Amino acid sequence: MAELNQDSGGGKKGGGKVRSKKQGGRVDLTAMVDLAFLLITFFMLTTSLNKPNAMDVTVPDKNKENLEDRLEVADDRTTTILLAGNNKLVWYSGLFDDPIEGPETVDYGADGIRKVLLRRLEEVPQRTNGEQLIVVIRPSDDATHKNLVDILDEMKIVNTQIFSLGTIQEVENEFLRQHNLLSN
Amino acid sequence: MARAKVKRASTVIDMTAMCDVSFLLLTFFVLTATARQPEALEVDTPASVTQVKIPDDKLGMVTVGDGGKLFFGVKGPQIRTRMLEIMSEKYNIQFSEEEVARFSLMEEFGVPMHNLKQLIAMDMEQRATRGLQPGIPNDTTNNLSNEMFHWIHSARTATAALYNEQMRISIKGDANEKYPDIKKVIDILQDQNLNRFSLITKLKGGIEGIEVEPDTE
Repeated sequence: MAELNQDSGGGKKGGGKVRSKKQGGRVDLTAMVDLAFLLITFFMLTTSLNKPNAMDVTVPDKNKENLEDRLEVADDRTTTILLAGNNKLVWYSGLFDDPIEGPETVDYGADGIRKVLLRRLEEVPQRTNGEQLIVVIRPSDDATHKNLVDILDEMKIVNTQIFSLGTIQEVENEFLRQHNLLSN
Repeated sequence: MARAKVKRASTVIDMTAMCDVSFLLLTFFVLTATARQPEALEVDTPASVTQVKIPDDKLGMVTVGDGGKLFFGVKGPQIRTRMLEIMSEKYNIQFSEEEVARFSLMEEFGVPMHNLKQLIAMDMEQRATRGLQPGIPNDTTNNLSNEMFHWIHSARTATAALYNEQMRISIKGDANEKYPDIKKVIDILQDQNLNRFSLITKLKGGIEGIEVEPDTE
């Protein structure tokens, strides 16, 4: 305990019931040191937590984007996800005109798209002798930035190796409009 | 038998020194937490599981917020100076030495070229007024009107010239921005053959982050 000697002038005589503690004052500084270390830890952590995180995204080359629509890979490997308005999404496997699994509306999150993705991730290698699942993400005009980040997150969470960000096609947009999935 | 009396050493430790050191450390951390400039455009980024931090330098950040307004910021005063010089040549606007120096201290801005001098003349408090800066224009009518494209291009040229490295671009979008506004920025990047960039997010709690390299196509 550190000793902080204080002036003992005028301490009461020991006769009274309340003894003044001015004489020989010793202050225990342990608590202050604890507090100081707590503050240090706080500042150390907040300066590094302040830096925002970055999520890497790759988009296909613009000139080659038309090629992507032709899908040179086998259709049973692909799942297309359309980001609609109101935090909903529509997914289908294969081509839009001839889907292997029909367009289905789901939500984001563990119960919605993640279940679908996990299932597809297992199915595709079984059906195609070990080939990987390919996911094509096509946001509509009513998808928010949060939707985009969420779906890219899902890619990371379920560990999809191959995915790309594409442009929504007119037929798909029409489909969303018909099913009232766009905000307007 | 006289028992040797072992003198009990005092178990009291003087904590004054420890207290001094800890306050010194605290002062150090408080002062090195650099005060950041008030953001020109406040944006609430969406949450994600990624835990990769943004790089400290050679980073260009495009902020999309408030209904599709575009703001741009670059880390590093030398890059900003060089970028301004390149832009001043392209748009034929002369900046004085002092204006260039003041510009190199601005971390982020969002005004069209013809308002840039006014913005530089303001002080930091005034610049951060909500709704003051209208955003950088990005209409594709003619070559020079897509100023966002040219800012990014100049920033990349400046980085390559000064440091011989590629500048990385990241997009910080508000969670409620609609996709077409983000798509505009992605289009601008694609026009410059920049197909890899990052999205700025905050950390989502509750799910373990798994890091995966996206496939380059």
